[in-house]
Amino acid sequence: MESGYAGGVDVGSTQTKAVVVDPDATIVGQSLIDTGANVVTAAERAFELALEQGGIRASDVGYVIGTGYGRYKVEFGDDQVTEIVCHARGAAHMFPETRTVLDMGGQDTKAIRVQSGGDVLDFCMNDKCAAGTGRFLQSAAAALDLGLSDLGPTALRGEKPVDISTTCTVFAESEVLSWLARGKKIEDIMLGVHRSIGSRSFGLLRRVGIEEEITFTGGVTKNAAMVAVMNELLDATLNVSEESHYMGAIGAALFALERVGQPRAAKEMETA
Amino acid sequence: MTQATQDADIVGRGNREGKRLFNEWFAGLTDTAQAGDSAAYVFVMGSLVEILRAFDFPIVFPEINSLQTAVRHISDEYLSLAEDHGFSPDVCGYVKADYAVQLRGGDHPMGRIPKPGIGVLTNACNTYIKWGEIWERMYDIPIFTLDVPGSRGAPRNGDSYETAGEREIDRRYVEYQIRELISLCEVVSGKKFDIDRCREVLQYTNLMGRAWRKVLEINKSTPAVYDAMLDGTIYLGVANALRGTPEGAAYFAELAEEMETRQEQGLGALGEQDEQHRLIFVGVPCYPIFRRFYELFSEWGGSFVSSTYMWFASGGLNLDFEYDLSRPIESLAEGLLVGVRSAVDSMLFHDRALVEAIDEYGATGVVYHPVKSCRTVSTSLADSRRVVLEERDVLALFIESDMMDKRVVSEAQLKNRIDAFFEGLNSKKLRSAGAASSVDTGT
Repeated sequence: MESGYAGGVDVGSTQTKAVVVDPDATIVGQSLIDTGANVVTAAERAFELALEQGGIRASDVGYVIGTGYGRYKVEFGDDQVTEIVCHARGAAHMFPETRTVLDMGGQDTKAIRVQSGGDVLDFCMNDKCAAGTGRFLQSAAAALDLGLSDLGPTALRGEKPVDISTTCTVFAESEVLSWLARGKKIEDIMLGVHRSIGSRSFGLLRRVGIEEEITFTGGVTKNAAMVAVMNELLDATLNVSEESHYMGAIGAALFALERVGQPRAAKEMETA
Repeated sequence: MTQATQDADIVGRGNREGKRLFNEWFAGLTDTAQAGDSAAYVFVMGSLVEILRAFDFPIVFPEINSLQTAVRHISDEYLSLAEDHGFSPDVCGYVKADYAVQLRGGDHPMGRIPKPGIGVLTNACNTYIKWGEIWERMYDIPIFTLDVPGSRGAPRNGDSYETAGEREIDRRYVEYQIRELISLCEVVSGKKFDIDRCREVLQYTNLMGRAWRKVLEINKSTPAVYDAMLDGTIYLGVANALRGTPEGAAYFAELAEEMETRQEQGLGALGEQDEQHRLIFVGVPCYPIFRRFYELFSEWGGSFVSSTYMWFASGGLNLDFEYDLSRPIESLAEGLLVGVRSAVDSMLFHDRALVEAIDEYGATGVVYHPVKSCRTVSTSLADSRRVVLEERDVLALFIESDMMDKRVVSEAQLKNRIDAFFEGLNSKKLRSAGAASSVDTGT
């Protein structure tokens, strides 16, 4: 017997996030794992962990929506919604005055303009390459032998940021190494990398039109330097919450909550 | 024959006949190539086939040849061959595929393409000029470049920036060049120019243009009776390949008849599926996954009611202009002037035309598809999108790929953006329905 809970599973290129909400839209369970090679298993495992954390049985969940690139691989789900729409919905739920959303994920950065309630009015994403996304940060970190959690603190110590001009994530590594060879401090190089990503995101935001409040979502929100750079570029204080990393899954769960009791949507075949 | 049988024959005839005529055209080109004869190479924008047909030149459209390699999923073979010869991945895919066709001795999936004996081009696209230079170097043939003066600014409310006097000076400048082209064609073909034959060809183009405009007009109906991106591309191919021929004129008269039948019977472009969203397509389609690209929209009930491609690549057939047969060369110059200007304006100043089209066709969404290969078509799209969104309450999708190069076509990324676009359209539609319902009930 269902008890009115709903679930959202965001299968991203790097990580899979799952959220379970109760009938009042309160998060009762959440999880985050690396996606790895088996997308189906990652979705199942993340959902199981979220259920476990909330002490909820799968049979108590009335509707599940899959989102993210692997949304069609959430085989136990009832429907799919793109992460663009889910991030907007999640952001508007957490910060009701949100009018612009910046989502920075592993391979995608999205600028989304929303209206009250989180309906998407317009969106833009990085095209062609992963410059300006979390993957760009990872690549630069690898070149400097830094862990992901060290990136933000290192960049925050920077004073004279170098200019990172490449638009290629692969070439970013060579550019970072060339700055090292020229004797630049790691802190300044990392600050330069953050600014490079920030300026690309700023460009995307300008394409959709920037209106406050601006909510920052995605895994990169854990990086304090990235938040600081975006605040500076936008001359505003971006909304960031502890749950920002889960925003896509939260949005999916909220859509699912609206549909509890409704029949399962016809499953679309994954062709992409 | 009963009316129902007649109607069944009519519906779908445009696509069937279009393919048949296209195959016949390529079969004719293959015969020409096998006989060792050459052809006149021209481009879709400012083709001037009316002059060339008057000399009975076989006509080759390299752009069409190139896109056919993409539609048939083998453009990568051609692009790679050209890149092996030093062309950059950034160079227009149409140019590279044609270059490879030449390297392969005319070998093409539709048959064998004859070598050029003359190339005729305009400055409607700056790449045309460099493209023509390649043939000149490869074959030592005459390349005739017509310099068509462009618009002096964005046309507003149908008016140009130019005065009537300035336009007449421009027209004469074009006419002078056409007369030069005629002299060159006489030398290349060894034939004397026949003005009456030219009149005949112009009349067929006039007839084709009337039917073309009717076909564009009919799609304002709900549901739209054809998909302007998918079906429209077939119609465009025939319009260019058979421009100025009795077969082309007859094809479009029959196509207009088919569209009227479809309209009367309420037969939509999506077949059994209901039309959910009326869209306008801006740019050139994604040919490497053409069918799938269409399905990414049609699966959501999205129907392309109009397309800027059917404007700028139709050689001016979309314009309310007909050749004056009493003064054919003068009128041809005028037609070329307005046709090329409109084509370029359709690529650079299309925001105004788009706003009008949104109103006339009842569109709720605009899909912008800039392509890596063509900066001419793609340059102004982002700015146009901004203006259109300011002027009309529609949603706009901006997706970038290519019309030839599948290396920059990521179906997963395209699908993600297209799905989000339709989720937004659906949400907007629901809100509008809710608001209308509140008004109805007085709440």
